[in-house]
Order: sequence, then C-alpha cells, then structure tokens
Amino acid sequence: MSSGRLEKRFSLLKKEGRKAFIPYIMCGDPTLEKTEHMISLLEECGADAIELGVPFSDPLADGPVIQAAGQRALDAGVNLRVSMEFVKKIRTKTEVPLILMTYYNPVFRYGEDAFAADAPAAGVDGVIIPDLPVEEGESFAGNAGRHGLDVIFLAAPTSGDERLKKVARASSGFIYFVSITGITGAKLAISDELGASVSKLKAVSARKRKQKPVMVGFGIRTPEEAGMVSSMADGVVIGSAIVKAASEMEEAELKEYLLALRAAIK
Amino acid sequence: MKKGYFGPYGGRFVPETLMPALMELEVAWAASTRDKAFRQEFNQLARDFIGRPTPLYFARRLSQEFGGAKIYLKREDLTHTGAHKINNALGQALLAKKMGKGRLIAETGAGQHGVATATGAALLGLDCVIYMGSEDARRQALNVFRMKLLGAEVREVSAGSRTLKDAINEALRDWTTNVRNTHYVLGTVFGPHPFPSMVRDFQSVIGKEARAQILKAEGRLPGHLVACVGGGSNAMGLFSAFLKDKDVLMTGVEAGGKGIESGEHAARFAGGQIGVFQGAKSYLLQDEVGNILGTHSVSAGLDYASVGPEHAFLKEEGRVRYTYATDDEALESFGLLSRLEGIIPALESSHAIAEARKIAPAMPKDSIMIVNLSGRGDKDVQEVARIMGPGFPGNEKEQTRKDRPL
Repeated sequence: MSSGRLEKRFSLLKKEGRKAFIPYIMCGDPTLEKTEHMISLLEECGADAIELGVPFSDPLADGPVIQAAGQRALDAGVNLRVSMEFVKKIRTKTEVPLILMTYYNPVFRYGEDAFAADAPAAGVDGVIIPDLPVEEGESFAGNAGRHGLDVIFLAAPTSGDERLKKVARASSGFIYFVSITGITGAKLAISDELGASVSKLKAVSARKRKQKPVMVGFGIRTPEEAGMVSSMADGVVIGSAIVKAASEMEEAELKEYLLALRAAIK
Repeated sequence: MKKGYFGPYGGRFVPETLMPALMELEVAWAASTRDKAFRQEFNQLARDFIGRPTPLYFARRLSQEFGGAKIYLKREDLTHTGAHKINNALGQALLAKKMGKGRLIAETGAGQHGVATATGAALLGLDCVIYMGSEDARRQALNVFRMKLLGAEVREVSAGSRTLKDAINEALRDWTTNVRNTHYVLGTVFGPHPFPSMVRDFQSVIGKEARAQILKAEGRLPGHLVACVGGGSNAMGLFSAFLKDKDVLMTGVEAGGKGIESGEHAARFAGGQIGVFQGAKSYLLQDEVGNILGTHSVSAGLDYASVGPEHAFLKEEGRVRYTYATDDEALESFGLLSRLEGIIPALESSHAIAEARKIAPAMPKDSIMIVNLSGRGDKDVQEVARIMGPGFPGNEKEQTRKDRPL
C-alpha cells in the first residue's frame, strides 16, 4: 500500500493554497553523511518533497552540474541499491516524501518487479526515470502502483496534445513538466507557451474534479524565476542550482538561498 | 512483434523531449521509402557521388594464403570518403533536408561516420556539428582534420571514457536542446527506433549488391559471410540480403581488445548481459548495478559498450554466430591484407579479416566466403605505426618473408 506521503503533502498544500517546493540533490554527493545533512536542512527550509538523484555512469539528460555531482557520488560508491538502503536508514528520522530520480538501466538491472516492491518497502515514495517514456514504462508503472510506488513521467515542451494526455494519464503522484527543450541546468526561458502547456496538462489530468499536481522543473535558479514559474504551476523542482549551491556555499549562505526560494514559491 | 522491437530487443528509451522527433522521423522515413523522387535522388547520388556499386573483389592471394574457401571482399573501402558509413549518412542527410532541418549533428568513433556526415552536410548545404571522444580524436587525428576541412565543427568530448559512448551522450544532449531545427544522424543500427531499422535499410545496398555480384561471378550463393560488429551497421547491411538464404552462414566479429579475461574489450555478446543504453535494449557491457563499463579496442569504430538490437535478436535466433578478434589478431590481419592484396584495411574491417583467417582454411576449396571490407585504413596508418613501433613495417616476425614468394 502507498505510504501516501506525497498525496498527503499535496492535499495539505492545496488546502493551505500553497505551492510545492521540491529540491533535487544527488545521493552521496560527495558523501552519504552530507546527503543526510542536506535532507534535514532542506526540510528545515520548507521542502515539501525531495528528489534524490541516483548516480549513473552515463546521465544523458543531465547538464554539467549534475554530471559532476553524479561523478562525485559514483566515486563515493553510491548506486541504486545503496540509495535505497540510504532511504531506508533515514526513514526512521523523517517523513518528508522522497522521490528517486534514476536512469532506467539500473532499474532494469535490479529487476523492474523487484524494484517496484523493494523501493516502497524502503520508504521511497516515487520514482522519476528520465529515459523511460510512457510507451516503454506503462507496465512498470502499473506494477509499481500496486506496490504503492508513484511513477512520475515527464512531459516536455515538444510533446503535442496527444502525448500530454498520455503522460498525464500514466503519471501518478504528480506530473513533471520540463520547462525547456534541453537538459538539466540549461538556461530557463519563461514564456507564455510554458503557462499554456501547464494549463493543458492540468486540464487533461483532471478526473472527477480531481487534478494531478503539475510540477515544473529544469533551469530554475533564482527566487525570482521560482516565483514566476510557481505562479503558473502547482510547484517547482529545482536541481542544478541547489546542487551547485550545496557544493559551493557556506551553510549560512546556502540556508539563506533556500529560504529565499521557499518564500518566492507561491 | 512490438513496434520498434526485434524480439525483446530494441525499443525507444529516450527522454520525452525527443519522442515527438523520433515519431516525426519514423513518419518521414516511411514516406521517403514510398517517394519515387526521393529514391531516385538517393540512387543517383549513390551512383555518382558515393561511387556505387562497389566491387566484389576476388582476393586470390589471400585465398591462397588461407588455403580454403575462395575469399571475396565487398569493397566498401572504395566508396567516397572511404567507408560504408556514407551510405547511411547521405541517406539521412537527404531525409533531414526533406524534413526541413537545417542542422545535422552526429557522433563519431573512428571518424568515418563524422566525415560521412560532414560530407553529406557540405553536399546539401546544411550546418554540421560532430561529437567525438577526445581519445578517439587523438587516435583518428586525420579524420578530425577532414571533418573540419569539410566545414563541420568538431566538438571533442572529454567525459567518461572519452570514446564513442560519451560522444553519443553529448550528441543526445545537443539533440534534446536543439531538436526543433536539428536532425541527429545516428551512425549505426543502434539507438531508439526507428534508427536501427532505418540505418539497416540505408546500408542494405551492400548486401543487395553483393548477392547479385556473387551470383553473377560464381552462379551460386556464398557459404559464409563475415563482417565486423561495432554498433553493427556494415554487418546488417551485408547480412540483411541473405537472411532468408538458410544455407548462408554468417559471422559477426566483435572487438576482443586485449582478450575477454583482461576485461579490456568490447565483446558484448561474449562478456555482456541484456541492458538498456542510449535508447535501446540489447546486450551491454555493464557492472552488477547497471553502470556502463569502459571498453577497449585498438579500433575506435568497434569500441562501444552495446550492440545493435537486431544483432541481439539474430544471436538469440541462432541465425548469426558472433565471435571476436583481439587487437593483436586485427593488427596482424591489417598487415597481412596490405602485403598480400595491396589493400590497407580499416582496423575495424581487419577484425573481419582476422576471423576469415581462422575459419576459411577449414572450408572446402570450392566454397565461397564474402568478407565485408567496410572501410579503408588510411585513417589508421599513423596509430598503427605508433603501436607497432618505429621498425614497422618489416619487424613482424618471420611472417613477412614467408608471405612474399606467394
């Protein structure tokens, strides 16, 4: 059965009329201790859920910042199995919804069925697999759903109406709209098109007056950008900028940055 | 069979951003096969620009040396730009132009596909960016210069193993970013659907010609086909025309590098397991948690962690036998063909010659073998000289003198 952590969080946000702040960090960058510390810091700074990147040798959807973070994590010996064990360990201390972002081959190698069962048992709430489009992932998503693991598919600016509909239907937990035609950490361009796509996604995902939350991510850096994007969506995902900040800033400065992001997301 | 699959292999494992482009490509490709004008233009360029048909050459001295089957070489090394890669690159460049894409990108290992794509771009007036691992750019420096000469921008990739797979990652990132105006000219029968089928079809001219040529020369089909397999496009090009001829045996030759036990190789069938990489499900060199392993081969064009999904299917069906040749075996065959036939083969193709050397002697003297000579070796001369040392040629043991009286 689903832990319901994500669902609970989204209904709370809706009730309070707030938008979700979902930061992304790389699991094990540069150590698991640092990741554990980052998770409590992010929670303290108002994260509604945390996306935990699983390092992979060939991250083809990622830009230079997350590629470098992934390399640091690989050097620390982290992989999908280690990431799941890590979640299991910190689950005793936190109830923040945790979403793994992993490429498909590690899941395939682990075994789709085994992963669908083991991940939620370890306390993972959802999974994002950037190189698994709806067509290839539908049966996995069905299986994962039965074990209470949300599978979040990505929709892109290039997806036409038919594909937006497909992605919206197949996604559970929330729908992830990729803000730009590009890789993680690329330059954001906020356009009317973005708002229109998000509205379309909201409309096509609505069923029985219930709509799946739509998160927007890729390229969001500043509190100003976070504010503008969140005004169009149900929340934002911020990855490269936070990964970069976490590796470069002193704790006080980092905290200030995270709080500014949180405050801007409304 | 599920669309885009060969048995359980293949598929389309890419970010959503690219899915619409792959569908658009699939439609455009299907339309082009029905478009008489497109086919006419392509066939005319194949003849007048690429120089097709390429000869099927009876290698008399090589056959004598092996002492068994009659060896025929399909001379893809004689195509314009010097390798079979041009068949596919030009086809896709033409298709891209029809689709209104003004920019081509491509990955390259040995540099032959990069040169072919840069050539197609120059011919058709398209912008061109080629991604190449920095290790490959070093060992195939001549081809880097050729690409630049042809007007392409060469972007060296220094991530990961600095070879073909890293160049593909970077090309996919570029495509994800510029997909609206860019076509990705994938160079082999790999990646997401429709690339494996489309590239095979553009390369199928090799097998169609070879089949007609051998029937004309010998009045019968060959007993055995041999081709090297990196991604596997020259092999699919040759094999595809003979798949229904049950009596024609086929062997695909992977890069055995320094030997399977050494771990430094690119023999996916001998040393890999099924996995999903860069868009397709196939055999893959990976560790126990699904990270991709580094590969090694003396030949940049075979130095890749996975293999075309149709090859995985043909292996499973038992239709094609897959084996490997080591660096040393390939280097020996590189020298052998040069001395015996006056043909300097690409190091990639030298792997196929090395396998022919193993199996031809045991075949009857009236049997026929076709070896796909997928490319010429000019690009490799400098690297081979570096590896073999300053005394080469002339220092390769007793073999040299023994070969000469033939």
